[in-house]
Amino acid sequence: MRNVLVICRKELNSYFASPIAYGLMAFFAAIAGYFFYVATAIFVARGMESQMMGRSFPMDVNEWVIRPVLMNVSVIGLFLIPMITMRLFAEEKRSGTIELLATSPVRDVEIIIGKWLAAVILYASILAISALDIAVLFLYGEPDLKPILVGFLGLLLQGAGLLAIGTFLSTLTKNQIIAGTATFAVCLLLWVFDWITAYETSTWAKVMSYMSVVTHFESFAKGVMDSKDAIYFITVAFFGLFLTARSLESLRWRA
Amino acid sequence: MIQVEGLTKRYARTVAVDNISFSVEKGKIVGFLGPNGAGKTTTMRVLTCFMPPTEGTARVAGFDVMQQPLEVKKRVGYLPENPPLYPEMEVVEYLEFVGRLKGLQGSELKRRMGEVSERCAITDVQGKLLSKLSRGYRQRVGLAQAIIHNPDVLILDEPTAGLDPKQINETRKLIKGLAGDHTIILSTHILPEVEQTCEDVIIINRGRLVATDSVENLTHRLRGAEVLAVEVAPRDGPLEEAEVQGRLAGIEGVSRVEFREGHNGRLRFEVETAPGRSVRGDLARAVVEAGWDLHELHAAAMSLEEIFLQLTAAENEAGETPAGEGGAA
Repeated sequence: MRNVLVICRKELNSYFASPIAYGLMAFFAAIAGYFFYVATAIFVARGMESQMMGRSFPMDVNEWVIRPVLMNVSVIGLFLIPMITMRLFAEEKRSGTIELLATSPVRDVEIIIGKWLAAVILYASILAISALDIAVLFLYGEPDLKPILVGFLGLLLQGAGLLAIGTFLSTLTKNQIIAGTATFAVCLLLWVFDWITAYETSTWAKVMSYMSVVTHFESFAKGVMDSKDAIYFITVAFFGLFLTARSLESLRWRA
Repeated sequence: MIQVEGLTKRYARTVAVDNISFSVEKGKIVGFLGPNGAGKTTTMRVLTCFMPPTEGTARVAGFDVMQQPLEVKKRVGYLPENPPLYPEMEVVEYLEFVGRLKGLQGSELKRRMGEVSERCAITDVQGKLLSKLSRGYRQRVGLAQAIIHNPDVLILDEPTAGLDPKQINETRKLIKGLAGDHTIILSTHILPEVEQTCEDVIIINRGRLVATDSVENLTHRLRGAEVLAVEVAPRDGPLEEAEVQGRLAGIEGVSRVEFREGHNGRLRFEVETAPGRSVRGDLARAVVEAGWDLHELHAAAMSLEEIFLQLTAAENEAGETPAGEGGAA
């Protein structure tokens, strides 16, 4: 455990010593802020409209602002994840520092968990920026807090799973760009898998839809905590970390 | 301290190390010598548990690299060919990270960081980014990280590669200073380095062990008869090469005289004596009595370079025993 924290701290330091962390935060703040603005603007316009019509319009902030914002943040996350994980092992392999890690009295598992944990922490701190956006809503209205918390938990779980996949792909190459591109491809596929259900209802379509990130995130965005979806993300995380461990091991044999 | 038995490492298509056995005693500095691609780095990587051997066993400080890698890693300091530095870290940060990674903490960590910084002369760059350091400093920081946990065994892969002569000298001194506390294996393809820093030498070529002995013994064993370099200078008139050569060859106990070069009227010869004969006195007298000046007379010690070439040539050609090929024949 101590070793995990040593590795994790080192990774966080290098994220924040380079422009990576700040760049990703700025990128995310701009896009998430834009989505938040659009969702709020539509909500306000609808509110005005319903008042002018004299009809009572069900005005639920959670449903009209927060849910679409969370769905959008989940998609932006797909773009952030490759940029967070691509350097984790690829960079160590390129610069040879992997030799230091591999010859230190530290288990592979500790290295992997430490790195992955750092990625999750960075991802969570980026997400926190959109929490600031949503906090603004509390100044002017009374949104329901619980669904928001569930939504963020969902975002975190989704991130944890996909970051594990990214960590694995980063062990396969010395080239950060390749690691990043592959991770992005996987993230994108896991996102669009669910589209197939629009025109097909075969078993394959169901399987693909089940594998899709969107299918499982939707209920979190609604504020519904379903163990089935949580288990999906946790399984992805374990699977990714397991593959990382196997990949590191084979690296030693092939070296 | 280190026992290697029947170590073999095969990659997909090549055999990098082929059935090597050797052992290193505690406190020794051992030179691991071989041309590029001989299998030095591979052997070192096995000893540091970076990769497992295909066959054979290696024990470091009493622990098997396959069975108890964590115990081995605790007792080994490793400096790879390129120092494993994180460019975005400051020197202090880096040492602290490596120290923690090796299991140090608290006041112990602080103490060791100070000690190794002092020892490797990097106290003046503590706050600098590793990416801003010169090659010499990078190497020293690399060495500092290798010794931070005070390991029993130090494994250094080409520690002086890419340094300028002054830095090479400093690094060698540093390594020599570390001996005693640590058992050191250093690899190199530069022969004078082994002559200057190491006590024992292990020579490998194409993955095979060629020779293992103390530097002194090896030089001695291969020399057999003594070889002298003699330079004769003119006194009364120009020198005749054939005349001088004849004179030298006529001395009792001289088995071979070979002309080497003429320079400013002086002539240089290589004189080989019969085994066990000392001819220096007779040689000097003969030259002076002939009316010439003796400008220089010293033992032309065989450099490791020649030994190395001989050993590897023998190995490459017919697989004759290296010792049988000995002598400056």
